[in-house]
Amino acid sequence: MSVESREIHAVENLESGDRLVIADREFSSRLIVGTGKYSSHEQTVAAVRASGAEMVTVAVRRVDLDASKRDSLLHHLDPSEFFLLPNTAGCFTADEAIRYARLGREAGLSSWVKLEVIGDQETLLPDTEALLEATRVLVGEGFTVLPYTNDDLITALRLEEAGAAAVMPLASPIGSGLGLLNPVNIRILKARLSVPLIVDAGVGTASDACLTMEQGVDGILMNTALAAAERPVLMAGAMREAVRAGRAAWLAGRMPIREWAVPSSPSTGMLD
Amino acid sequence: MNIEVNGTGRTFPAGGSVRDLLDELGLDPRMVVVERNREIVRREELDDVQVADGDRFEIVQFVGGG
Repeated sequence: MSVESREIHAVENLESGDRLVIADREFSSRLIVGTGKYSSHEQTVAAVRASGAEMVTVAVRRVDLDASKRDSLLHHLDPSEFFLLPNTAGCFTADEAIRYARLGREAGLSSWVKLEVIGDQETLLPDTEALLEATRVLVGEGFTVLPYTNDDLITALRLEEAGAAAVMPLASPIGSGLGLLNPVNIRILKARLSVPLIVDAGVGTASDACLTMEQGVDGILMNTALAAAERPVLMAGAMREAVRAGRAAWLAGRMPIREWAVPSSPSTGMLD
Repeated sequence: MNIEVNGTGRTFPAGGSVRDLLDELGLDPRMVVVERNREIVRREELDDVQVADGDRFEIVQFVGGG
C-alpha cells in the first residue's frame, strides 16, 4: 500500500472509530437535533433522517384533549430508530424543571434529560443557579443530565462537579442563528472539562456548525437552523456534512496562521 | 365526581380508575404520562389507582421541541 492510501485508510479508521461517548451510550453522529418548529411530523422525520442524527430532543407538553386534533409525534418518530432526549424547555425554576424531567422519564424510554432552566424570557439564557440545583437533584435521582448552559467556565465546572454527563454551552441565543459568538470561551471550556462538550443553541447555517466543530467540541445540538431553513431537509444534509468536515478538520490539525506570506511553490529553480 | 384534567373541569363517574379515565379520553397509556395531584401515576398502577372527587390530573406526551 502506498503512503497516500495508508493515510487515507487512517482517516477513514479515525472517522469510524471517532465516536461520541456520553455516559453509557455511544453515537456515530456528533449532531443532535431538535424536533420543534417543523411544518409537519413528516417534515420533522425527513429532516432528522437527513441530518444523520441518532439522538433527538423532544418536549413534554399537555395532551390535547380534543381527540380530533391529535396526531402524536411518536406515531412518526420511532423511538427504536432514534434515541429520544426529553427536554425541560419552558421551565423557569428548578422545581418546574425537575417535575418535567420526572415526567419525561416516566415515558419509559430512558433516564436521560436535556435540562433547561431559563432565567429570562427574551434571551432564553439559563438561570445557572437554578440549573445547578436541578442538576444536583436529578443526578441524585439517577438521571443522566445534559444541561443547557452558557459559556461561563465556572458554571460549566460546577455542572460537571454536580454530576452532569455532558455540558452544553450555547453558541448564541436559542433560535437566533447568530452562530458561534465566542469561540475563545468554547475552547477554554473544552480544555478544562472532562465530560463531553456539546454546543447547544444559536447555530444558524452550515459554516457555523463547521466552525464550531473546529474548536474541538464533542458535538452540536441544533433545531431552528434546520426547521426555519427554507428547505429543512436540504439544510439537514448540509449540517451533517458540516459537522463531519469540522470534526475532520480539527482532527487533522489545522495549519498555523501567519501574518506574512509563505510561498507554496519552490523559490529555487527560477529562470535567469 | 368533579375532576380537572389539563386545567379543564369535567365530570367522571365514581369508582373509575385512572386507566378508565384514559380510555374515556381516548388516550393510549403507552403514549402519555399521568400526574394526579402532582404525583406521577406509574404505568403499572394505572388500573389500580382510583379517581377521587376533586382530583387534578395533568396528562402529558412528547411533542416536537429543541
